Amino acid sequence: MGIRIGEKEFDKRVEKGLADSFMRSAVTEAQDRLRTGRLKAAEELGDWESWRDLGEEIRHHTMENLDFYLQQLSENVAKRGGHVFFAETAEKANEYIQQVVKEKQAKKVIKSKSMVTEEIGMNEALEDNGCEVIESDLGEYILQMDDQDPPSHIVAPALHKNKAQIRDVFRDKKGYVNNDIPEEMTRFAREQLRNEFLSADIGITGCNFAVAESGSISLVTNEGNARLVSALPKTQITVMGMERIVPTWEELDVLVSLLCRSAVGQKLTSYITGLTGPKEDGDVDGPDEFHLVIVDNGRSNILGTEFQEALHCIRCAACINVCPVYSHIGGHAYGSIYPGPIGAVLTPLLDEYENNKELPYASSLCAACTEACPVKIPLHELLIKHRQKIVEEAKKTEASERFAMKAFEWVASTPSLYNMGSKAASLAMSPFTKEGNISKGPGPLKPWTEIRDLPAPGKERFRDWYNKREKGGRRK
Amino acid sequence: MKVSLFVTCLTDIFYPEVGKDTVELLERLGCEVDFPESQTCCGQPAFNSGYHKESIKVAKHMVKTFEGSDYVVTPSGSCAAMLKEYEKLLADDQAWQEKARALGEKTYELTEFLVDVLNEEDVGAAFHAKATYHTSCHMTRLLGVKDAPVKLLSKVEGLDLTSLPHGYDCCGFGGTFSVKMALISEQMADAKVKHIEETDADVLIGADAGCLMNIGGRLRRKGKPVKVMHIAQVLNRKEKR
Ligand code: SF4
Repeated sequence: MGIRIGEKEFDKRVEKGLADSFMRSAVTEAQDRLRTGRLKAAEELGDWESWRDLGEEIRHHTMENLDFYLQQLSENVAKRGGHVFFAETAEKANEYIQQVVKEKQAKKVIKSKSMVTEEIGMNEALEDNGCEVIESDLGEYILQMDDQDPPSHIVAPALHKNKAQIRDVFRDKKGYVNNDIPEEMTRFAREQLRNEFLSADIGITGCNFAVAESGSISLVTNEGNARLVSALPKTQITVMGMERIVPTWEELDVLVSLLCRSAVGQKLTSYITGLTGPKEDGDVDGPDEFHLVIVDNGRSNILGTEFQEALHCIRCAACINVCPVYSHIGGHAYGSIYPGPIGAVLTPLLDEYENNKELPYASSLCAACTEACPVKIPLHELLIKHRQKIVEEAKKTEASERFAMKAFEWVASTPSLYNMGSKAASLAMSPFTKEGNISKGPGPLKPWTEIRDLPAPGKERFRDWYNKREKGGRRK
Repeated sequence: MKVSLFVTCLTDIFYPEVGKDTVELLERLGCEVDFPESQTCCGQPAFNSGYHKESIKVAKHMVKTFEGSDYVVTPSGSCAAMLKEYEKLLADDQAWQEKARALGEKTYELTEFLVDVLNEEDVGAAFHAKATYHTSCHMTRLLGVKDAPVKLLSKVEGLDLTSLPHGYDCCGFGGTFSVKMALISEQMADAKVKHIEETDADVLIGADAGCLMNIGGRLRRKGKPVKVMHIAQVLNRKEKR
């Protein structure tokens, strides 16, 4: 799939999102539920702000020492008999994975949820080489069945679909004849998937966090599918973004708690799996062969820059679940598999500005995201930093805007100009004013007044009144 | 207590009454209010759009304007937060950064100043109306002022205050966002309008001219009779039933 999804133009994608009332009500409902759950889980833990501080500190420390921990992780995986491949690019990651598939003569791969495999377009790469890929996460399974509908959320990929739509997909693609009760549909999916698990040659998982001190990987799920993916097939490949790492199990404990509470409002999810290397003597299950693919794909370019905090992300989606922009336009409008505030920050960094130049502006900077983030990433500030880059380095803003901002700088730093300009405002707008309001503004006011009325500037500015009044005198 | 008013450009030009109420309210509570005349705008339009070079010049001008003030009080959480941002914005020049920090430290949003500095919750206001209060994002999240407005409003005689459902959601203003992403902004404003209507309130009270301009403008466009007021207007009101 790659990081880019959907139509090319941002405006078209937004319009499509805004027009999709099914999607919007599904999203609003889910957001409400997830928000309430998260707040409750945070309260239950108590002292949430201190936990966030700790989460931030752990992520900060890990990113500052990432090379050390990656080295430690690689050594420990190797010690336990696993193979580690460090992939600089998406292509290199795919080549390596394909090579393993070829060596094993694998015809079928079963997957648990992983955003990074979406990012590198792994499924297509494998399918192009004649290997069948089955998604076992329920949400991903639905999307795959629905002609590869892209994910619209990083935790709940099929969030944009409601029950009835899912039933229709099952009916049309798999001959499902039952109702749209979630339990019923889940049972159906399970039955279908059970056979796939048994017949798959390779299991591919993502990785919530790798633990450097022991060379382990951890998987956080509610469906238990990741356990089957890592227990049944003879070969396991785990693909991780290079920043998804913690020093020790102690930090893992903190981050998993923050993740589960922030993502789904649970103390812990139903299954939290820690895996270390391939099956050893005496183990009853697990793969004979274990490969860890660590994906860079642009991440090291973010290290050491003003955007480094974007790498602190633990992919909990709390920022997405509180974002009012996301709630109206939905995930697909972002044109990236990483939607919402974190997507608007991350996508231009991992992809390129040119293709994503609107994303940093798709935010009112309300900072709901920053407030929700369990590891305190200042998301709205990073969005402003993107805008600054677009202005200063990419020089991609329109000439009229650059001119307006230059004029603003001038006027707002020169009292006499400000005085003149603000005084003239009332006069200039008086032809458009009716009953103290402007409903059809000229030129630059048009985009505002197309949607809302504008109060007409008062004949007397505040400062005029102030200068005229007697000291301490009241006006009424 | 000597207080310098930073009235903000929107209030100066579009909502002069809010400025007047702010002055009268502060004076009524014993403050000596002055208005440094060279003040302009806090620079948010440029800063939030990524034009940081342009906003630096504005920031320096504002720092100079308020250099002699003991307290700077402003009827806008968003602009107060911007004045506090100068310290980071001017970080490349230590002398300026110091001055910016000093400005940030003495800057208060109006309700924050009333409650935290003057220790006043009951300002002796009376206003008989059914109202709801819109919490502005920058005021609550960037500035951290959450309780002060509600404390003040709860003491207003006759005011029947209902909480606004989904109050935590942004109204869709966001400065240039409101015109750059007009379609999305419209939907956000409509959601806000819908929630305001659910409260049955006759008056929407806010503490930031930007949000009020956006919500008020959308309410008017949709022909809704809800009246929009700044909190300073409510707190400076004394009316007999
Ligand atoms: S940016 Fe923060 S809130 Fe958003 S997904 Fe990442 S960790 Fe979660």
